[in-house]
Amino acid sequence: MSHYRIRDNYEDSYGADRAYKKRRHVGGSENINLEERLENLILKVGEKTSSSLESNLEGLVSVLDGDLSNFKEKVLQLLVDCAIRMPEKCTIYSTLVGLLNAKNYDFGAEFVENIVRTFKDSLKNNSWNEARVLLRFIGDLVNCHVVSANSFIQLMGSLLDVTKEDEVPYVRKDWYCYAVISCLPWVGKELYEKRKSPLEFILTAIELYLNARPKKHVNMLRIWSIDVPHPQEEYLDCAWNQIKKLKHDNWMLTIIPRPYLTFDNVLCEALQHNLPVIIPPPHHNACVYPMPWVVYRMFDYTDVTNGPIMPGAHSIERFLVEEHLIQIIDKSYKNSKECANNLMNFVHKNKLPLEYCIVEVIFSLMFHQPKPKYLEIMFGSVLIELSKLSTNTIPLVLAQTTEILYSRIESMHVCAFDRFVSWFAYHLSNFKFSWSWKEWADCLALDPEHPKPKFVREVLQKAMRLSFYERICDIVPSDFEPLLPEKPKPKYKYALENSNLPGQFLSNTLLTKIRSKSPPEEIIEILKEPLMLKNGELIEPADISHSNLIKIDSFVQTILFIASKSFSHAFSAITKFIKVFKFLGENDECQLQILRSTFDLWNADQQMLTVLIDKMLKTQIIECSSVANWIFSKEMTSQFTKLYIWDILSMTINKMSRHVDRLTKELNKAREHLRTTAATYNSSDNSDTEAEKAEPKPSQPSTTTFGVEVPMDVDDNVTEEMVECMEEKLEIAQSDQKNLFLIVFQRFIMILSEHLVKCDTDSEPFDTYWYKYTIGRLQQIFLAHHEQVQKYSSTLEGLLFTPDIDIHILEVFHQFLALHS
Amino acid sequence: MNDLSSYRDQHFKGSRSELDKLLRLSLTMYVGNLAFYTTEGQIYELFSKCGDIKRIVMGLDKFKKTPCGFCFIEYYTREDAENCMRYINGTRLDDRIIRTDWDAGFVEGRQYGRGKTGGQVRDEYRTDYDIGRGGYGKNAQPKADMIIFGRNKDALPME
Repeated sequence: MSHYRIRDNYEDSYGADRAYKKRRHVGGSENINLEERLENLILKVGEKTSSSLESNLEGLVSVLDGDLSNFKEKVLQLLVDCAIRMPEKCTIYSTLVGLLNAKNYDFGAEFVENIVRTFKDSLKNNSWNEARVLLRFIGDLVNCHVVSANSFIQLMGSLLDVTKEDEVPYVRKDWYCYAVISCLPWVGKELYEKRKSPLEFILTAIELYLNARPKKHVNMLRIWSIDVPHPQEEYLDCAWNQIKKLKHDNWMLTIIPRPYLTFDNVLCEALQHNLPVIIPPPHHNACVYPMPWVVYRMFDYTDVTNGPIMPGAHSIERFLVEEHLIQIIDKSYKNSKECANNLMNFVHKNKLPLEYCIVEVIFSLMFHQPKPKYLEIMFGSVLIELSKLSTNTIPLVLAQTTEILYSRIESMHVCAFDRFVSWFAYHLSNFKFSWSWKEWADCLALDPEHPKPKFVREVLQKAMRLSFYERICDIVPSDFEPLLPEKPKPKYKYALENSNLPGQFLSNTLLTKIRSKSPPEEIIEILKEPLMLKNGELIEPADISHSNLIKIDSFVQTILFIASKSFSHAFSAITKFIKVFKFLGENDECQLQILRSTFDLWNADQQMLTVLIDKMLKTQIIECSSVANWIFSKEMTSQFTKLYIWDILSMTINKMSRHVDRLTKELNKAREHLRTTAATYNSSDNSDTEAEKAEPKPSQPSTTTFGVEVPMDVDDNVTEEMVECMEEKLEIAQSDQKNLFLIVFQRFIMILSEHLVKCDTDSEPFDTYWYKYTIGRLQQIFLAHHEQVQKYSSTLEGLLFTPDIDIHILEVFHQFLALHS
Repeated sequence: MNDLSSYRDQHFKGSRSELDKLLRLSLTMYVGNLAFYTTEGQIYELFSKCGDIKRIVMGLDKFKKTPCGFCFIEYYTREDAENCMRYINGTRLDDRIIRTDWDAGFVEGRQYGRGKTGGQVRDEYRTDYDIGRGGYGKNAQPKADMIIFGRNKDALPME
């Protein structure tokens, strides 16, 4: 926006404007010019200048007051926009509105009307964050004598009535309750002084609701499974505790600047407006409400060794600071340098241990369940920029954070574990991999399934992928050797040309043929022949399907071994021999064998394995369901609690989801198109179009390829046949998706039940590391794909999560259902 | 964010405005200042943090056909490519600060270095000793041997 570029000095611009007003000629272009200047002044008020905020506000009011008649609509709209877009300057704009209202009662009335309309619209449009910010602004207008305290109490009351509605989701009630709670830091004191008993009534209504609401979802959203050292509270409970403490402190807080106090003598003279009665729009099935979350706590005052004290978990300052820091990130996340700068220049930086607050907020966003709002690498790059900006403090706080996370890792949810591994390896690779590993030697003596050695092993694995094997061996002390990754290299089963393996002779032949550039067709012919030994003798196979598996193994191992030099080599080999792969992978069992053979070759290189499976999914050599079956198969038991396996599974599920989403979008677009062209067609007599329409475009099955996002051409000539064909495709895709989830969840139920039964018969505790890990992964699948899984929740309930399965497993499903209920 | 850098490919077939238009819609990144020994796998690991990668084309020495310190990365979506410009540009890979820039799209032949000696032009005039990029610049000290740090030559990804 252009107005951000001009950086006027406030004094100068106000002075200039005043002088300018006296001698201006009323002309079109000058009006536009003036309009721009006004806009600029409004947008920038409250930013750092040489003069005080109060005098800037006074100047702005006098400029605006003189020009209101010409630019009223513009100014009204701009002020509402500022209220929404710059929530951190809420009290500045409310003061501005208050001062304008004191001068011009009608303008105040129109502003109230405008902001109320916008608030109602945002409720209707499910713009929940915007609505919450607007409600807070309206509340702050009570402080500026623009809105009457009574009518605001009434508004809070009617919003809280939602909590008494029947048969609506709790997430709806939660939001309305949260919206009211989150304006209390602003307006609580004023209401307490002026309308004590109606306020008490509101607070009681909140308390009643909060005590009665179910909280089954909490366990699924927690990052830490235990409340030591810091209790993990659900967001509404936490906010409510903070408000109760604020009330106990007589609503006194210092962190919100209140410029209107300076103008009390002007403002108290002003007439107030009554808000109209606002009835929240009723619930309907298309409404999507914010998901609940658990407040992430990592630090308290004992972690900060010097400087200002960390506010307590229930101090309202903690809430306000966190909210403000998140607003800064929301505003500048697209530029990590700027984001880091804005964070370090936080307005209250001298009142708090700023670095600790920032780091806690960034980790809370990074670990956010079900998924972070931004890319993980965004947080990583902001932390790098922060480290560069504040070399004396941030690196130390980050080291302390890493220590804390490591020491508490046993109670960390596996979703956060993954992100912690990935961030730490990335961060190390940006800082020459320097870390005091020796201090983590405690993990060497632990059970390898313990999260501590697991963490170190996974970090070293990811660090190696960003670097190289020898380097990683160098960075850790020699006794860490058991935790080092295997050297990534292929293990070709048929390397010994005269072994007794049944596929040896075939592999030798394939190796020679492929190296001498035989075309795929010739390879297929070779594979059609019966299996032979070197001397030409036929191997008598137990059955055909068994000998097929041997052929698959020979081909897959050989071709991928020949192409083992780099990803590019492997990809082009797959592309060149795709026909052969498809010829071999004709059914589930064959596809499983392709995966097994790939794994046998590449199990020392998790990254290669992952990208190869990705490629095979994209080229539809294997189906998503085969990958799921393979991951849960017996042969993969040893890999089951390794991170990359879950990367592969979530990549597979995501591919399927993206595929379904894309088909849905295309179908909707085509339907829309059909509807509009039908409408125009009816009103025109262009007979040529019919001939075109009657000729359906050949449907291209290749567009269903995963990952290759070729948008289907739905510009012109959409016919009913095409729409039908698209509907069919979508149906098939959805049934595949449902099937995939059924396989995944069924397999989870099977292995977990098996474990629980076994522990029961052996009278051993079931709560092993393996069990915790696996239950965590089950929760992860539910959470990460909750939008998709939700569509099939009744099927899942009817077929899999039935009352006869173990309560521990069923509990996870109930937690999941509670997320949206 | 969408502002382009000052670099323009001098070998582009077309006008400056056509090039700029392509750059603004591009899904391809040019990545520079890589070490010669940085592999495709490492690049994949870092850059896939911004989204699914369609392909990586390693920059090669015209004569030796070994990596010479740059590559092209193509994403499936513009958003992923934008995130790459936002979050990877200026961070480290193999201890080097790498640079990403918009590219008009890979064309066969562009994977080769354009310097007289086969590598990138910038490595011919460099006067510093850069262990990750074959030691001294080739004109600065023609006899400097290619040094591959910490790794054997077999680990190089291309022939």
